[in-house]
Amino acid sequence: MGKRVLLIEDEPNIIEAIRFLLSREGYQVDTHTDGSTALEAVAARRPDMVILDVMLPNKSGYDILRELRAGEATARLPVLMLTARGQRRDREMAERFGASRFMTKPFSNSEMLSSVRELLGS
Amino acid sequence: MPASGLTGSRIRERRTGLGLRQSALAKAVGISPAYLNLIEHNRRRIGGKLLVALARELEVEPSALTEGAEAALLAELRTAAMGLPEAAAERDLAEEFAGRFPGWAALVAAQQRRIEALEQTVAALTDRLTHDPQLAASMHEVLSVVTAIRATASILAEGGEVDPEWQARFHRNLHEDSRRLAESAQALVEYLDSAGEEGGQVGVTLPQEELEQWLQARGFHVAELEGEGALSPQEMVAREPGLNRARTTASLAAGWLARYREDARRLPLERLREAVARLGYAPDALARELGCELPLVFRRLACLPDTSEAARPGLVSCDASGTLTFRKPVDGFPLPRYGAACPLWPLYQALARPMQPVRALVEQPGRTPRRFLCFALAAPAGPVGFEQVPLFASTMLILPEELAPEDPAAPLLPVGASCRICPRGDCAARREPSILTDGF
Repeated sequence: MGKRVLLIEDEPNIIEAIRFLLSREGYQVDTHTDGSTALEAVAARRPDMVILDVMLPNKSGYDILRELRAGEATARLPVLMLTARGQRRDREMAERFGASRFMTKPFSNSEMLSSVRELLGS
Repeated sequence: MPASGLTGSRIRERRTGLGLRQSALAKAVGISPAYLNLIEHNRRRIGGKLLVALARELEVEPSALTEGAEAALLAELRTAAMGLPEAAAERDLAEEFAGRFPGWAALVAAQQRRIEALEQTVAALTDRLTHDPQLAASMHEVLSVVTAIRATASILAEGGEVDPEWQARFHRNLHEDSRRLAESAQALVEYLDSAGEEGGQVGVTLPQEELEQWLQARGFHVAELEGEGALSPQEMVAREPGLNRARTTASLAAGWLARYREDARRLPLERLREAVARLGYAPDALARELGCELPLVFRRLACLPDTSEAARPGLVSCDASGTLTFRKPVDGFPLPRYGAACPLWPLYQALARPMQPVRALVEQPGRTPRRFLCFALAAPAGPVGFEQVPLFASTMLILPEELAPEDPAAPLLPVGASCRICPRGDCAARREPSILTDGF
């Protein structure tokens, strides 16, 4: 019973590394790179959690998060936000829009894994 | 009339220029030579009959002697005092300070300008990631690549079993990303470095200031861009050290000079001079006669070469946010450098009614209130189209009373330079307390 993780990120080598990392742990990993169609991807894949990068092409991660929280089906979907700027302002914004967790890049793999485990409650 | 700082100095200059002895002038106006000496050294202020008498003996208009040039200096001294209230500068003694120690007063004013310029630069540099999109983009690139490298290397170094095929793949990714990182980091360093080079100048003078200083030195007239043999703006900038020290100034200047040259082409000097000789400084009559729009006439009038006349028109323009984008100051009408000006200026009234000209006779406060006939018009700046947000810029021509055509019907509008240092006690437009009135 592999839980599904949807990774919304546009940097290819980050995608490869995270996908490898998580699938090795038994998670099923789908990826999506385009911000403007991210919501459709969530609807189509129906993941158990989402890893969402803030800086995406065509749409900001914060906007996507806000819309996820506004939707019935996705209001309580666990979302891990990835951001390159770790300022207090960014952290506060992520919390305000409803991120379940917030992680700055670069991250340590072990921290990534433990966050995913926690958010999936497994 | 040479534009030295204060009334007494001007009297002295004029007297010596005419070859008059102090005793002779003093006798002619009925005061002692000792008293005249005090006046000439700015130790005593004069007005009224004595001023008129001295002006008559010196063969000038009284206004040529009085405090026009002092207004700007005093405004700066007051701003300096406001900026550092703990110093408890004796506000009511500002005039005497300027009168008795003109050099020290000029130093305080210059330091105040420098402080303001530095504050602007510090603000821009402090939150540079927000203000500098190129820097933000470079940083983002670096961080993304570093993240990929870290995650990948971590998998290989501590991940336990990794399939040889995956290992090879990850090694390739590392290789590729390291190269990218090297390039991004190098570009970032170069960018910061080069900004640092002209950073020797940054913070001392802003580009707009440097351009205005250069223009000030030339009386706002650029003969090289007039007429048949006009240079190109780029050539002009290339040969002027005052304009090409900093890249930002050079590019601002090139843009300004390009418009100057275009203005000069559309309204040649001789045509304008000839029309002014017949019609005076009446912008609407001039615009009609010459077939030019008002802002062009304003700019050309302000850039006429210096003649023997004491009074010169001033010019100020602002963008749609109200920020002053250009300043040609005129004696008695201070134009603030940073921060906001007086909301009552016709310049801003014009913004509220784009494409409709505004004219008003304004009065600046002071010991001797000075009047100026101001003309303003807000017109579209930049391309006009159905898709674009319309952008307006407003331009105001400031005519000292001496140049203004007779217009008894024009109502008088009291204005100031900036609320902070304006003495008007009872003004509906006041937005902040003034050092001079201690409150609203």
